[in-house]
Amino acid sequence: MISLLRKDLLILRRSRLTVALLVLYPVAIALLIGFALSRSPGKPHVAVVDETPPGQTVQIGGRQVSVSAYVDGLFAGVQASRVRTRAQATAEVRSAKVIAAVVIPPDIVSKVSSDTLQAEVEVIYNGNALEQSLVSSQLRSALAEANLGFSEQIQRAAAQVIAVLLHGGNLGALGAPSSFVGLEHLPAVLERVIARTPPGRERSSLEEVAGFASFAAQNLGLSRRVLTSIGQPIKIRTTLLDGRRTPLDTFAVVVAVTISMMFLAVLLAAGGVALEREEHALARLIRGLVPRELLLAEKILLSAACAFAVGLAMLAGIGAFVPLDWSRIGQWLAALACGGLAFGALGVAIGALAREVRAASLLAFLLSLPLAFLALVPAGAVGRGFYDAIGVISFVFPFKAALQALDAAVNGARPALPGAVAHLLVLGVAFAALGRLGLRRAS
Amino acid sequence: MSAALRVEALSKSYGELQALRDVSFELAPGELAAVLGPNGAGKTTLLSILAGAQQASSGSVSVPARDVGWAPQQPALYSKLTVAENLELFARLERVGDPRASVAAMLAQSGLQERAGELLANLSGGNRQRVNVAIALIGDPPVLALDEPSASLDPAQRERLWEFVAGLARGGTTVIFSTHGPGEAQRHADRVLVLDAGRLTFDGAPAALIAAAGGGGQDLERALVCFLAASEAPTDPVP
Repeated sequence: MISLLRKDLLILRRSRLTVALLVLYPVAIALLIGFALSRSPGKPHVAVVDETPPGQTVQIGGRQVSVSAYVDGLFAGVQASRVRTRAQATAEVRSAKVIAAVVIPPDIVSKVSSDTLQAEVEVIYNGNALEQSLVSSQLRSALAEANLGFSEQIQRAAAQVIAVLLHGGNLGALGAPSSFVGLEHLPAVLERVIARTPPGRERSSLEEVAGFASFAAQNLGLSRRVLTSIGQPIKIRTTLLDGRRTPLDTFAVVVAVTISMMFLAVLLAAGGVALEREEHALARLIRGLVPRELLLAEKILLSAACAFAVGLAMLAGIGAFVPLDWSRIGQWLAALACGGLAFGALGVAIGALAREVRAASLLAFLLSLPLAFLALVPAGAVGRGFYDAIGVISFVFPFKAALQALDAAVNGARPALPGAVAHLLVLGVAFAALGRLGLRRAS
Repeated sequence: MSAALRVEALSKSYGELQALRDVSFELAPGELAAVLGPNGAGKTTLLSILAGAQQASSGSVSVPARDVGWAPQQPALYSKLTVAENLELFARLERVGDPRASVAAMLAQSGLQERAGELLANLSGGNRQRVNVAIALIGDPPVLALDEPSASLDPAQRERLWEFVAGLARGGTTVIFSTHGPGEAQRHADRVLVLDAGRLTFDGAPAALIAAAGGGGQDLERALVCFLAASEAPTDPVP
């Protein structure tokens, strides 16, 4: 075993380009995926044309809501640059300086103030189907946020008007009395008047008015509360069924490290076994000098050790920028070791099936990349049948189990480390057995 | 004298294909035997079974595989290791008592001392074959199986190789080698084993094969061609 390890390390030392590619390529891929995972989509760069006259407001009773509130809401959701005219906005979109333009027409106030017309804003965009889809989705979200903010202001103004009508005060509207009694005070005033009024038709009429005033005050109070609640009719309350919340940054770290380890260990082990065939040395080795099991164990150990070292170095390096819990390092080491062994076993199975290094490397690469992506597909993103199929594939290959083990070790996520480690070890034994089967007719 | 190598009723099949059919022979210590035959006759299969690289379907070999030095047809070496590193690796795997001394001895025997530090990838085909044969000898085995050892050597290298092999045989090592060159067998072998479609169709001295072919000449190559043409071996192909 030691002689074989020494031989393989010598070969690796003399294959500097291969080793550099083996380490740098997966690390680069892993960091790119990690970076993409840890960043939320950026705000789209949008040109905004506000054609409304400056300072224009929507009148709600005596209250005024500025149109600029809508524009401000829109600006919060996008990277906005103001342009003066629609033509300028169109030119900016055409030249790809901005991804889209939003035109707020001058009649927006009159339409919002009217009872029958719905106000509109115009969105201008360009580009291919993917860009259009992205712009459409992001702008819809930004416009929805702006709409929500604007409608909340209008609802707030309406609620204030109702409050004055209910409790009394100064409405401030043109032609309105300077001071209201307030609808809720009317029944008491009327009761006092009724008490002084002798029975008869006049008293009966007053009693009807008092009854209506009382009913109206109760319902106006209710409508105010309804108006307040429909600003955000449904609030979101989240419940995590299993595990704990893993920050996206630290999950991205775990993904990056797992991908790097997988590529390194699988490619190294697959290439190592295939090299023995390619150099015609395999037949010489297994004719009694080295048992096949020992040969495979050596390749698994070597690739697992290399993956372990790279994984640990990545965690240590990334740990300088992303806060990681170093008190869990014992669990990190267990997860890294078991992940490396399972990936190494997958690699020897591939190497034993392929007859040459290039075929083994290609097969390892073609298998590893989709496995990583499939394991990251979230539930609900695809159809149920497809997701179940993905689940089976992810279960029988070590990427997802390694990801879960490392996530449990680094972030304390569920499923817990022992289960994931046991899964990895079972997969490791299964793939090593497959590798042994592949070497059965080695010569 | 007891046999150094006894092969009894050796057969090997790959599914439906019969590579070896009931092959039996014995070699004495220090005997040098050539295995001849057309492509696909089963020469490589026979030698790889003797070396333990393949399992026979039936039959037996008297010498354990570890006691057979084997130089496969294609050099089984690591091109990213030097000549000395290749030799040392296999010396350690063979559990030779003093691997470094053994490497030095093999380098001297094969005339590769000056190339000891060179990577295999940088050597000519002939020199690689010399290293391939040197590795077969590194455990000082009593039986040596060489599969077309002179295939990629130039005439001078061949002569050197055969001098070396003859020296080993004189020292008591039993050597069995396959070749496509009957002339080589005629010059260097004590015995000729002719395989045809997996059957051992002749076992005897080169002169006896010439006589058996009935050509009346002295050319083993012509005699082999006549012998194979005259034989009634089955014609089903073997790998």
